[in-house]
Amino acid sequence: MKIFIKNGRLVDPSQKIDDICDILIEDGTIKEIQIPRARGKGQGAKEKKEHELSGVDEVIDAGGMLVLPGLVDMHVHLREPGFEYKETIKTGTEAAVRGGITSVCCMPNTNPVNDNAGITEFIIKKAAQEGSCSVFPVGAITKGQKGEELAELGMMFDAGCVAFSDDGRPVMDSLVMRRALEYSRIRKALIISHAEDLSLSAGGVMNEGLLSVTLGLTGIPSQAEEVMIARDIALAELTHGRLHIAHVSTKGAVELVRLAKKRGIADITAETCPHYFSITEDAVEGYNTNAKVNPPLRRREDLEAIKAGLNDDTIDVIATDHAPHHRDEKLGEFDLAPSGISGFETSIGLSMKLVDAGVLTLDRLIKKMAVTPSRIVGIGKGTLKQGADADLVILDTRAEYSVSGARFRSKGKNTPFEGWKLKARPVATIAMGRVYKWE
Amino acid sequence: MSKELLDKTDIDRIITRMAHEIIERNRGISSLCLVGIQRGGVHIARRISSKLKEIEGREMPVGTLDIALYRDDINVRKEQPVVRRTQVPCEMNGIIVVLVDDVLFTGRSIRAAMDAIMDLGRPSAIQLAVLVDRGHRELPIKADFVGKNIPTSMDETVTVQLTEDGTKDSVELE
Amino acid sequence: MSLRSKDLTGIKDLSAEEIGLILETAAGFKDVLGRDIKKVPALRGRTTVNLFYEPSTRTRTSFEVAAKRLSTDVINIAISTSSVVKGETLLDTAKTVLALGADIIVIRHNCSGTPHFLAKNINASVVNAGDGTNEHPTQALLDLFTINERKGRIKDLDIAIVGDILHSRVAKSDIYALTKLGAKIRLIGPPALVPDCLKDLGVKVYTDINAGLDGADVIMMLRIQLERQGKGYFPSTHEYFRNWGLTAARVARAKEDAIIMHPGPMNRGIEIASEVADSSRSVILDQVTNGIAVRMAVLYLVSGVQG
Repeated sequence: MKIFIKNGRLVDPSQKIDDICDILIEDGTIKEIQIPRARGKGQGAKEKKEHELSGVDEVIDAGGMLVLPGLVDMHVHLREPGFEYKETIKTGTEAAVRGGITSVCCMPNTNPVNDNAGITEFIIKKAAQEGSCSVFPVGAITKGQKGEELAELGMMFDAGCVAFSDDGRPVMDSLVMRRALEYSRIRKALIISHAEDLSLSAGGVMNEGLLSVTLGLTGIPSQAEEVMIARDIALAELTHGRLHIAHVSTKGAVELVRLAKKRGIADITAETCPHYFSITEDAVEGYNTNAKVNPPLRRREDLEAIKAGLNDDTIDVIATDHAPHHRDEKLGEFDLAPSGISGFETSIGLSMKLVDAGVLTLDRLIKKMAVTPSRIVGIGKGTLKQGADADLVILDTRAEYSVSGARFRSKGKNTPFEGWKLKARPVATIAMGRVYKWE
Repeated sequence: MSKELLDKTDIDRIITRMAHEIIERNRGISSLCLVGIQRGGVHIARRISSKLKEIEGREMPVGTLDIALYRDDINVRKEQPVVRRTQVPCEMNGIIVVLVDDVLFTGRSIRAAMDAIMDLGRPSAIQLAVLVDRGHRELPIKADFVGKNIPTSMDETVTVQLTEDGTKDSVELE
Repeated sequence: MSLRSKDLTGIKDLSAEEIGLILETAAGFKDVLGRDIKKVPALRGRTTVNLFYEPSTRTRTSFEVAAKRLSTDVINIAISTSSVVKGETLLDTAKTVLALGADIIVIRHNCSGTPHFLAKNINASVVNAGDGTNEHPTQALLDLFTINERKGRIKDLDIAIVGDILHSRVAKSDIYALTKLGAKIRLIGPPALVPDCLKDLGVKVYTDINAGLDGADVIMMLRIQLERQGKGYFPSTHEYFRNWGLTAARVARAKEDAIIMHPGPMNRGIEIASEVADSSRSVILDQVTNGIAVRMAVLYLVSGVQG
């Protein structure tokens, strides 16, 4: 199958390209990229036209739009197996490509937990059959995510896990976390830390502060996250393992990671999510369950610190932590609602605001949303050089659109951004050799 | 567009006459209690009470009665009636209650007032004194003591103003 | 004048004027309670449902009496916690209650924000009888009524609230109501239960009860709620009484005509000494009587907004 994309502005940091280009895709890989201005006029242009016509199955005119490498979301929850009423691999990946995401790393807090090669293989197989984009499982660190015994990390890695995490839960026992960071070295595998000290966060449903007191909701102090990050950094130093801090949400957390990187004591990377640089705990006012997320939305000063952390590369990656839930679960008492935001379909729109605000250049944004996450988990994506997988997104940044949870492809309509006006809208996504287009 | 029907002097004379009528009808004021209906009837009741004191030389207790909770139009009105104080300083059982209001119109306020009085006790009789009767009764209610009969049409308004409210004494028709 | 909303979810959503309206209306209803026939037909034909997810005798009874005095029909539904875990969602229960003809739903629930959720999702009037650790608005209103009755005003009074502020929905509603009406508040209790951030509400925070009670006009004691707390806020009830219990000596630090209040039920010997609870300065029983008048006013006024 041949696909020709013309007139789009290609921004590919891996090749340092930012130019109007034509792209030829054949059998799911990048065949050729032509930069019209680089060629001579007249003769070259004619050549291009002939080339264009020969056996191309689909032509996409990306005039006035951006063409980017498909986004790599290294922290998502696809809920299958076990919680299919919230989301399936099929619906989740459909939502992902709708958001311009062409590779996802799915967390193991399914039912049963992905703590062995069998479940890993199930996920990979299901994704190959039904997925709209590439799916790379993250395996559990401990059996059943109980935090007691290491899971069979080696066999899971060989079965296709690209990293390990007990995400959803922390590994509370420091000795177990130490062993995980040590043992993972046999495959140089990444250990992703969900940093939360459960004894400090116990019963908490939002950020701890005056707002939690006046709403009568139990709070989670920033220190619940920071205490664990400090511990994990120290353990990474001890073990020389590869540590990645998931969903950084506080100013103190950013400072800890910044200091650790400055001291060069360990191989540490960190990610944040669009909600942490877009909204604060104020979104919870009125007991809005769609603003209930873990780690919770924090204060304005934390939000600004996250932006600063993205700007100075303390934070390497923007991932969604896509966490879909069934409508009924979020319709009721705030205390009882599950935490999570359905993030696929608002991610690029919210992240592009960082470019508009001058926090990141477009080039750096793509690094954080595609190039770097791909490198960290070692999946070879995030680039459109010749021969690479043709995973890309065509993005229209000209017109504003209004966020509507009801129109999400994801089963999870739980978004606190309902009604927000965003600009970056995927018009077409190409993944797994297929073209997905929307009006 | 409003026309003054009664001025200060008229009102004064009317109250004097009504006081005499009350005394005559009840052969004295020993077993009476004046109860003014909130809000229009309260000041009138107090003026009648002063007049009775002048004439008979005795203190005449005056109560205030709030009828908001007994209205028959609670569900129909646009604005919920404000609940005011009800303070009746007389023993309700066995005395004659003279209800006092400023304007008698459909009669529904009086019906509500009677229900309220009945919940306070069992008077031996209830009589009604009004400054103005403007007609258009919707219930079988009749005033015993009338200051002035003023025939009106349904779309006209009768306004009673008194110095106790900070204006001059007058009754106007609009 | 009338209330702006068909619901009473909390003092936070009421203006000072609306609070004034409720208190004035309550005064009118207190007159009714003084008569032989303690009933008025104002809400005849309406139905009030008491939907209580937490056990309660005092508040539920108070609302029941208030509703009956207004001539509404009253239905009491007590939901045991096990049936919450087992089955019906809150919204389904509320819709069922609505289908039974409820005009007013009085709800007490252990999760903060429950009345707000219901108010948004059903058509009947929702009255908050206590939600988690958020608010207990009618308690604050009757506290205000009682203070006003005894002191003639709220503005500029020095009011001390003693106890577990963090978990007390009564304290929070009181703080919002009293500050809206211009009182000056001191909060007194163990550090973990009287968080510093409360200063941002414009109140003073004390851990020393003697300093906190100095010159106070009103002392409001809170019940130590052992069932609501986590662990380790203070070492023992004995230690609590030693540091923050209201004894006669501590009462003497307040003004001579200071009044003592408690939302009930009291833990004698833990937060309040027996002789203090029974002293002439205590208005604790007045609070109970006033509670009915205030709740009548609330039920009457929210019904008026339904239109």
